[in-house]
Amino acid sequence: MNLNATLLGQTIAFAVFVIFCMKYIWPPLMSAIEARQAKIADGLASAERATKDLELAQASATDQLKDAKAQAASIVDAANKRKAQIVDEAKTAAMTERDKIIASGYAEVEAERNRAKEDLRQQVATLAIAGAEKILERSIDEAAANDIVEKLVGEL
Amino acid sequence: MSASDTGGPQTSGDYITHHLQNLQVGDTSSFWHVNLDSLIFSIGLGILFCWIFRSVAKKATTGVPGKFQTFIEMTVEFVDSTVKDTFHGKSALIAPLSLTIFVWIIFMNTMDLIPVDWLPMASQAAGVEYMRVVPTTDPNITLGMSFSVFFLMIFYSIKMKGLGGFAKELTMQPFNHWAFIPVNLVMELVALIAKPISLGLRLFGNMYAGEMIFFLIALLGVWQLPLHFVWAVFHIMVVILQAFIFMMLTVVYLSMSCEDH
Repeated sequence: MNLNATLLGQTIAFAVFVIFCMKYIWPPLMSAIEARQAKIADGLASAERATKDLELAQASATDQLKDAKAQAASIVDAANKRKAQIVDEAKTAAMTERDKIIASGYAEVEAERNRAKEDLRQQVATLAIAGAEKILERSIDEAAANDIVEKLVGEL
Repeated sequence: MSASDTGGPQTSGDYITHHLQNLQVGDTSSFWHVNLDSLIFSIGLGILFCWIFRSVAKKATTGVPGKFQTFIEMTVEFVDSTVKDTFHGKSALIAPLSLTIFVWIIFMNTMDLIPVDWLPMASQAAGVEYMRVVPTTDPNITLGMSFSVFFLMIFYSIKMKGLGGFAKELTMQPFNHWAFIPVNLVMELVALIAKPISLGLRLFGNMYAGEMIFFLIALLGVWQLPLHFVWAVFHIMVVILQAFIFMMLTVVYLSMSCEDH
């Protein structure tokens, strides 16, 4: 073995390279690596968060859909009920209207008949009187016969 | 490439000796000379490491990273998790230190996979006689790193436990009695010194042996090609494993220095 001053030269070179590495190589590389690690960790965490959010959103969407369906069903039910009610009401109204119209028709007919009866009675009385007048023109005094005619008319 | 390729009458021994000779500059009779090839390749690869990682770090985005950035970040994360598993204290130094050790040693070991004659022959053609291209087959390089780690171990021991605590650790273990202080000191010092030496020599030994086998295979002529491939594939594992072991042991030693027993 031939030990010589190369030993010292190598020692100095070693020290210089180590110091250079310590000052200018290690810190930037390490900080880059650590920054990237932090970034990746953040990314993973936010991905997890997003997945959870998505699940929540899906669950709430399902709930809302269910609610909406229930609401729609209840609205349709109410509408059906209301429709039936309206139809019923209309029917009853129509029924009463019909009854009223029929009743008034009957009443009118009755009144008309009464009037016609009265007319006829008057006319019959007049005709009876006129006939009697013709028959008894000369002999019978109008005033004396009047009470008999009245009696006849009353019997009609 | 066989021995005869390098020109002139040359034995296998000459070939290997030549390939094991560093390009040395300075007063070779004393300590004060350097293996220029080792230093150039070591520092060059260190600069390559800094340049690659710095260029990625500068453009690092916190958004979707590119493929290359992902690769760099995977390396950084791997080192970081290894350090965090082993070292429980807080230190801004340990993790970048481990990254530097890991990647730099991988780069230096990977030089072993370049066919052993290419760069030496090219440099010879350029007039440079010797050229060893794998810095980690030079004990100066591996021990330089392991002794730097050793210095950090002592620094952290004193910083975390105080000078007294460190002295106590060296003298009051494993036998907690004043009469055993010299015995303890000898045992603990041996254990302490053994750490950086074994750390550096383990890497050196593995890479040196691997390089040696590449040299031996290169002596076989045409038959080197399949063998070279097989050994290179196996060696890829050694390259990465040794870098990992060096980094891991550095972290373990430093965490041992930081923790009270």
